[in-house]
Amino acid sequence: MGRLSNDKIAPRGLTCQGLSVWRNGACVVRDLGFALDRGQALMIAGPNGSGKTSILRALAGFLDFDGEIEFDAMPLEASQIHYVGHQSGLKQHLSVAENLQFMAAILRAATPARVAEAMAVWGVTRLAGSPLGELSAGQLRRTAMARLAVVSRPIWLLDEPLTALDQAGRDILAEQVASHCAAGGLVVASSHEPLPFVDQRLDLGAQ
Amino acid sequence: MPLFHIMKQDMVLAWRQGNVTLVLAFLMIAVTLVPFGIGPELDLLRRLAPGLMWVILVLAVLLSLDRLFQSDVEDGHFDQLLLGTISLEGLAMAKILAHFCAIILPLALALPIAGALLNIAPKALPILVMAVLAAGPALCALGAVGAALSVSVQRAGLLTALVVMPLFVPVLIFGASVTHQALADMTMNWLALLVLSLISVAAFLLSPLAIAAALRVLLR
Repeated sequence: MGRLSNDKIAPRGLTCQGLSVWRNGACVVRDLGFALDRGQALMIAGPNGSGKTSILRALAGFLDFDGEIEFDAMPLEASQIHYVGHQSGLKQHLSVAENLQFMAAILRAATPARVAEAMAVWGVTRLAGSPLGELSAGQLRRTAMARLAVVSRPIWLLDEPLTALDQAGRDILAEQVASHCAAGGLVVASSHEPLPFVDQRLDLGAQ
Repeated sequence: MPLFHIMKQDMVLAWRQGNVTLVLAFLMIAVTLVPFGIGPELDLLRRLAPGLMWVILVLAVLLSLDRLFQSDVEDGHFDQLLLGTISLEGLAMAKILAHFCAIILPLALALPIAGALLNIAPKALPILVMAVLAAGPALCALGAVGAALSVSVQRAGLLTALVVMPLFVPVLIFGASVTHQALADMTMNWLALLVLSLISVAAFLLSPLAIAAALRVLLR
């Protein structure tokens, strides 16, 4: 906690101080802090209702919060963040490829090549033309995760990333996180199960 | 560019989800039912037609607007849009434009057929279509404000209608005055059409501010 806040030089990475988050007027997280270096992955653990999702949504800027969240000593910006939550964020009536192309256009950057590449990495190339309505929960999850590879952004916020993923999918995730971290990226993930890529652990039950 | 992509996606979705077909079917069924309700009086029907037409149109637009933002919020798509490069105001504008292209244009094209069923003189039909096209952006923009205000309410259909209907009053007044004159002497009431267009422009430019503010407050 606050490990980097004492440094006089600008810290590299994600720092979070005195974070309090409200959901529908109720305070779900109080005075939380952590510091995460570039290239590290943080796991947020805790029982149901302990505020894991709220923390991730506050980091993403979707919820109001008190406190300071900084990335490389600058306020965190939406364009630095990938968020994969419980809802896929994808459209039922579009195909896998159409969804990812739309994501590429909205989140900017990326050429069509990155979409094809991302689909190959996550093993959904075969499904490129299928409407999402025809996909299984796991295939949907893989497609949602594939946008991490479509557009590169330094901070990945993953809410229960293992849900619905089979062993092969979990291996792909671990691999992707490893190369993301090796390139100086950060990952904050909530989970009930042990994650294959944890550098730091934040236990909300213990707070 | 993201604005264009959002427009395109919304139009594709409106088509694939069957919204376009639904709205056109609603227009046709409503127009078919009216003569049964009024009885075999062609003269009365002709006089009531323009007013009925506007009311049916407004209902059709409301019907299609209901979940404009809510569906995006429910499937997490809205989160992704927030992380994107487009502002909420831009997003609202793109959605309004897409709605106009996907819903109002087909409605305007179907209007001559609906008009014929209501015994509206063929000569007046082009004027009616022009009035609807001029009023269209205002209907979409104001309807989108209603949809944004009720975004966090489940089954908000009727609530949206309640919020939006009063906002439609000026549009209906000038729309009706265009169509009344068209049916009376087959001429265009240019002044009313101009006012209608100005309302549309103002609504299109201002409503994104209201929509963005509503979404910011309600989705926290």
